[in-house]
Amino acid sequence: MSDVLLHVSNLTAELGNSERPVRVCDGVGFSIRRGETLALLGESGCGKSMTALTLMRLLPLSGRIAGGSVQLDDTELLSLTEREMRGVRGGRMAMIFQEPQTSLNPVLKVGDQIAEAVRLHKRLAKAEVAERVVELLRAVGIPDPARRAGEFPHQLSGGMKQRVMIAMALAGDPELLIADEPTTALDVTIQAQVLQLLKGLQAQTGMAVLLITHDLGVVAETADRLAVMYAGQIVEEASVDAFFAAPAHPYSRKLLESVPSASKRRGELAVIPGRVPPLDQPFSGCRFADRCSQVMPACREAPIAWFQPNPGQQVRCLLWAEGPAQFREGEASAAVGTVEPSLSSAQPETAAVELAAAGVKAQAEASGATRLEAKAASAPARSATAPTAEGQTLLATAGLQVHFPIQRGLFRSTVGHVKAVDGVDLCLKAGQTLALVGESGCGKTTVGKAILRLELPTGGQVRYNGVDLASIRAGQMRRYRKDLQIIFQDPFASMNPRMLVGDIVGEGLQSLGLEKGRAAQRRRVAALLEQVGIGEQAMNRYPHEFSGGQRQRICIARALAVEPKLIVCDEPTSALDVSVQAQILNLLKRLQDDLGLSYLFITHDISVVAYLAHEVAVMYLGRIVEQGTAAEVLDEPRHPYTQALLSAVPMMDKAERRQIIRLEGDMPSPAAPPTGCHFHPRCPQAIADCALTYPQPVQLSKTHSARCLRIET
Amino acid sequence: MPVILITDALIFVLIAVGIGFGLYAARHEHLRGPWRQVGRSPVGVAALVVIVFYVGVGLLDSLHFHPLIEPVAPAAPAASSAQADQSADEKTDAVAQPVAATSTSDQAMSGQDATADEQDSFAATPASVLAEPTYSTQIISVLDLWLSGLRERQEKTFSAPFATQLFVKEAIEQPDGSVIRGYPRLEHGGAHLDDPSQRGVDILLRGLFGLVKGLIAWTALMVTLIAVLAWRGRQSFNDRASAIWRGETETPWRVALSALALMLVLSFVAAELAASYHILGTDKVGEDVFYQSLKSIRTGLVIGTLTTLVMLPAAVILGIMAGYFGGRTDDVIQYLYTTLSSIPGVLLIAAAILMLQVYMTNNAEQFQSLVERADLRLLFLCIILGVTSWTGLCRLLRGESLKLREADYVQAARSLGVRSSTVIGRHILPNVLHIVMITVVLDFSGLVLAEAVLSYVNIGVDPTMNSWGNMINSARLELARDPVVWWSLAAAFVFMFTLVLAANLLADVVRDAFDPRLRSAS
Repeated sequence: MSDVLLHVSNLTAELGNSERPVRVCDGVGFSIRRGETLALLGESGCGKSMTALTLMRLLPLSGRIAGGSVQLDDTELLSLTEREMRGVRGGRMAMIFQEPQTSLNPVLKVGDQIAEAVRLHKRLAKAEVAERVVELLRAVGIPDPARRAGEFPHQLSGGMKQRVMIAMALAGDPELLIADEPTTALDVTIQAQVLQLLKGLQAQTGMAVLLITHDLGVVAETADRLAVMYAGQIVEEASVDAFFAAPAHPYSRKLLESVPSASKRRGELAVIPGRVPPLDQPFSGCRFADRCSQVMPACREAPIAWFQPNPGQQVRCLLWAEGPAQFREGEASAAVGTVEPSLSSAQPETAAVELAAAGVKAQAEASGATRLEAKAASAPARSATAPTAEGQTLLATAGLQVHFPIQRGLFRSTVGHVKAVDGVDLCLKAGQTLALVGESGCGKTTVGKAILRLELPTGGQVRYNGVDLASIRAGQMRRYRKDLQIIFQDPFASMNPRMLVGDIVGEGLQSLGLEKGRAAQRRRVAALLEQVGIGEQAMNRYPHEFSGGQRQRICIARALAVEPKLIVCDEPTSALDVSVQAQILNLLKRLQDDLGLSYLFITHDISVVAYLAHEVAVMYLGRIVEQGTAAEVLDEPRHPYTQALLSAVPMMDKAERRQIIRLEGDMPSPAAPPTGCHFHPRCPQAIADCALTYPQPVQLSKTHSARCLRIET
Repeated sequence: MPVILITDALIFVLIAVGIGFGLYAARHEHLRGPWRQVGRSPVGVAALVVIVFYVGVGLLDSLHFHPLIEPVAPAAPAASSAQADQSADEKTDAVAQPVAATSTSDQAMSGQDATADEQDSFAATPASVLAEPTYSTQIISVLDLWLSGLRERQEKTFSAPFATQLFVKEAIEQPDGSVIRGYPRLEHGGAHLDDPSQRGVDILLRGLFGLVKGLIAWTALMVTLIAVLAWRGRQSFNDRASAIWRGETETPWRVALSALALMLVLSFVAAELAASYHILGTDKVGEDVFYQSLKSIRTGLVIGTLTTLVMLPAAVILGIMAGYFGGRTDDVIQYLYTTLSSIPGVLLIAAAILMLQVYMTNNAEQFQSLVERADLRLLFLCIILGVTSWTGLCRLLRGESLKLREADYVQAARSLGVRSSTVIGRHILPNVLHIVMITVVLDFSGLVLAEAVLSYVNIGVDPTMNSWGNMINSARLELARDPVVWWSLAAAFVFMFTLVLAANLLADVVRDAFDPRLRSAS
C-alpha cells in the first residue's frame, strides 16, 4: 500500500535495568494510512503512552528500544541520528500530551511558545512568524487570536491551553499527530470541542492521527480504526465499526461490557477479575489468560499468533484458531454470561423486566434502530426502578451557600467572594442515590464537603433528620459524624501512606469510640475488609501495596466502619480504569441494597449516573439548573445546559449519538458570575431577558424542575 | 567522680531521642525503607563509618569526671619541675608551668593559666586528708585520660610536625659553658632519638608498626562482623566472606570494610607516631596540635547536633500549627518568624554572647571551674544559633502542612470526627518527618562551619575551649610569621573538612532516600 504513512513492526522497548527489564511494549506492530485516525486503546499500565514515546524516540533515560522498526514513509526512524530525529519530531511527527496545564511553560507568552515551534521548522522573517502564529491560533479555533498570542498560559482555560498545544503541534505541518489522551483532563463539553477540532484539522490538512485513549466513547466517535493494547502487546486490531459490532478478543468484549449505562442498571456490570500483570516478567502464551473466562490450556503454552475473524480485523486469541464458527459459540455463551449475574442479583419480578429490556435493546441495536426506539427500550427498565424509590427524606439542603472571601492587600481586607456554592436545594431520600452532575469548577465537590461540614457553609441549611447541621456548634457535629461519610476521588491521596490499612479503617471506630477494646476493633475491621472484598490479611499492609481499585475498596470500608446512613461519593471512580470502575460501582450498588445506604454521588460521568442514580441534579456555577429522576433528566433534558452536556458525551453506540450542541467558551469564574441566568453567555437559546434575572424553577412534573426562562409548561 | 555538664546531659538526651527514634523507625516501613536505602548506598556507608569515628571521639570527650588524686601526690607540687612525672594531676600541673611562663597577654592562654593556679592551690590542701579519696576540682574527660600522653607532652613553643627541634632559635648553653643561638632539641618530640638524623627511618618503622597493628585490629573486627553476618544469614563463613569480597551483598559491606580499614590504619599509625612525635606540630605555647584537633571534634559535633535539638520543637510545633490551623494562628506565627528572620543572625548571636559574657564576669562565683563556664557559653551558642535557624524549617513545615490539611485523608479523618491534636500527631507529623530529617542532616555541616566562622570573629565558643574556629583564629597571626606556621590551620582544616564532607555526602544520600519525588522516579 503506497498510502501507508507509518508502519511499525515488532517494536520492543524496555525500561529499567537490563537484568529485569520492564517491557513496556513488546512486539508492537501497526500501520497508519494518510488521513486516517488510529486509536490505541487500553487500560492504564498497558504501555500505550510508552509506545507513543518510543515512536518519537523520547523514552525516559532508563528506557531503550530493544528492536523492531518504525517507518515513516520511507524513513526508518530508529536508524536516524539524534540530530536528524530532532527534525522529524515536531516536523513530520508531532505530539500533544494529556495535561495541558503542565505542557506549557508558565513564564512565556503562548504566542512566543508557538513562535518557537514555528521557527524551528521554517526560516521565516519576524513578521511572518507572528503572522503564522496568529494563523495557527485561528486554525485551532481560538477567538481573537492576535490578543491571545500575547497572553500567558495561566490566563487561558484548560480547553484553550489544549488548543494552544495543538497549535504548537501543527506548527511544523506534521504528517502524523500523536495525541496522548488529549481530552482526559478536560470536561465533556470541552472534550467535544477539542475532538471536533482535531477532526476538522484532519479533514483540512490530511494528516494522520494516532489517538491514545482509554475512553471507548471517544474511540467510537473519532477513530477510523483501533488497536487494543494489553500488557505491552496489541491483542486486537480492527476498524471501529467492526469492533463495536463484534469485538473479537475476550478482553475487548469485557471492556465493552463493563462500561456502565442506563440499560445495565438493574444488574451488575461485567468485571474483569484481577489486574493488568506487571510487565517485568517473561510471558509465555496469552497475557490475558489469567483473567479470561474462556481460558484453555493451550492459551498458556505458546505465544499466540494473529487470527483473522473478518477482513480488516485481526486478533491474538486462540478462540479463533478453529475458524469463526468456534467463536460464535463462545460469543453466545459470553452474552448469556453477562445476563446471568443480573438474574441472580436482581429481584425475581424485575429480572423479567430486565431480561425483556435487554432483549428489546439487543434487537434495537441489531436492526440499527433509531435512538428513539432504543430509548423506548431502556425507559421501562428505568420506570421499574422508580416505585422502590419512595422513601422519606434523609437529608435536605435549602439555599446552601459556601462563599470563600477573596482577601487582598496588607490588611487582608475582603474584596469579594468566590461563590462556589450559591443557593443549592437538594433532597435525598433514604436508600436512594442522588447524582450531582456538573463540570469541574461548578462547586459540586464543595456541596459535598459543606454537607459534612468539612467546609463551613456561609448560608442556608443542611437538614439531616430534622437537625440543621449548618448551624450547630462544631462540638455537636461529632454526634452526626457517624451518620455522614465521604469517599474521595483519588484513592492514592485519600489514605495516609504512613498507616497500616487496619489502622486506617479502624480510625473512625477509635475516634468515635464505637468499638471498645483493640481486639473488638480488629475483629470489626477484618469483617469490614471482608465485606468490601479485600480480605482481612490486608490489615497489616500499607496502602501503597494495593492497586487503585483495591484502595478505593479500603476507602469504602473506612467509611462503612461507622455504619453511616449517607455516603457522599466524590467522583469515586473517575481515577479508575473502566473495568475497575465496574467493580467499584457493583460494590456500591450491592452495599446500597444490603445496608440501605443513601449516596450523594458527585460525578461528571453521565454513563455512571445513568447506571447508578435514582435522581439527578445538574449543577452549573454554584446553582442547580435542573433536577428530577434519572429517567426524566437524562432522557428529556429541558435546560439548555443539560442538553448540551448530554449531547457532548461520546457514545459508543452510533444510534444513541445526539447532535452535539457546541457551547462557546468556558465556564465563567464563580467570583464574578454573569448577571441574570449564569448560563446565558454560552446558551444557544438565550434571549435578552436571560441577562436580567436568575430564572425561578419551573416545575415540569412532580419530581422534575428546571430553571430556565425558555421552558414553557 | 563523674561530672555531667549541661551539654553532656543534652548529648545523652539526644542519644536517647536518637535510639527512641531508631526503634520507632524500625517498626515503620516508611521510615525504615529510606534508611535501608541509605545503608545500601556505598557513599552513605563510607560516610557513616567516618562519622562513627568522629562521634566516638566526641562521645569519649563527653564523659567528664574529676580525676582521683592519689595520696602520694601532695608532695609533688613542691617539687614541681619540668620533668615528666607519674601522677595525673601533677602532670597537668607540669603542663601549666610553661604556659604561665610563656605569654599572659594571649587571651586564649589566660584561661589555662587560671586553671593551673586553681590546681596549685587545691593540690596543696588535700595533703592532710589521706584517709578518704580526694578528687581534683579539675574536670577532664575520658578522652583526656586516654590522650594524657599527648596532653602532657608540652613543648616550649612552636614546633613543626615530626620535628625534633624547636621552630624558633634560642640561646642554648653548651656543656662547655658557652652559649650559642640555635634550635634546641624538643623535650618530648623525638626525644628518644640519640641522633635526629635517624628520624626518617624511625618514623617509617613506627609507621609500619602502627600499620600492622591497625591491620590486626581491622582483621579482628572484620572476622567478627563476617561471623555475625554469616550466623544471622545462616550461611557458612566462607560463603559470606566471598560474597562480601565480590561486593554481592545488599549492604555494601566491602565499601564499609574498606573505609573501616582506612580509618583504623590511620588511627593506629597516628597513635603509634604520636607517642613519640608531635605529628601535627605544636602551637605557640607548645601544646600538641593533634590533641587540640581531637578535642575540637566534640565542640563541632555539639554545635551541629544540639542546635538542632534546640530548634526542632519550636520549628515543628509552630510550623505545623501555622499550616494546619491557619487563620489567626497562622498570622501570629508568620509574623513571628518573619520578624525574627529579618534580624541579621550574626548581630543577634553577637549580642547574646556578649551579654552572656558580661553576666559570667559579674557572677563568676556561680561557676566552679572554667570548664563549666566554657560549657555554658557553648550551650548558649547552640541556643542562639537554634533561635536564628528555626525559621527556615518552620516555613517549610508550614507550607507542607498547608498542603496536607487539604489532603483527602485528613479530610476523611475530620469527617470521622478525629480531634485536631490526633490529626496532627497521626496524619500530619509522620508525613512531614522526611522534611525534618533532610533539614537536620543538611543543617549539620552548615552549623559546624558556622561555629568556625563565629569563633574566628570572637563571638563563638569560649577561647579556652578547643575548637576548630579557635584554632583558625589563633593561626591567623601565625600565618604572618616568616617562615610561616601552617600546621594549626592545616590540621583544623583537614579535621573539619573530613567531618563536613562526610556529613554532606551522607546528607545527599539521606535526601535522595527521603525525597518522595526522587523515590517515585526510581
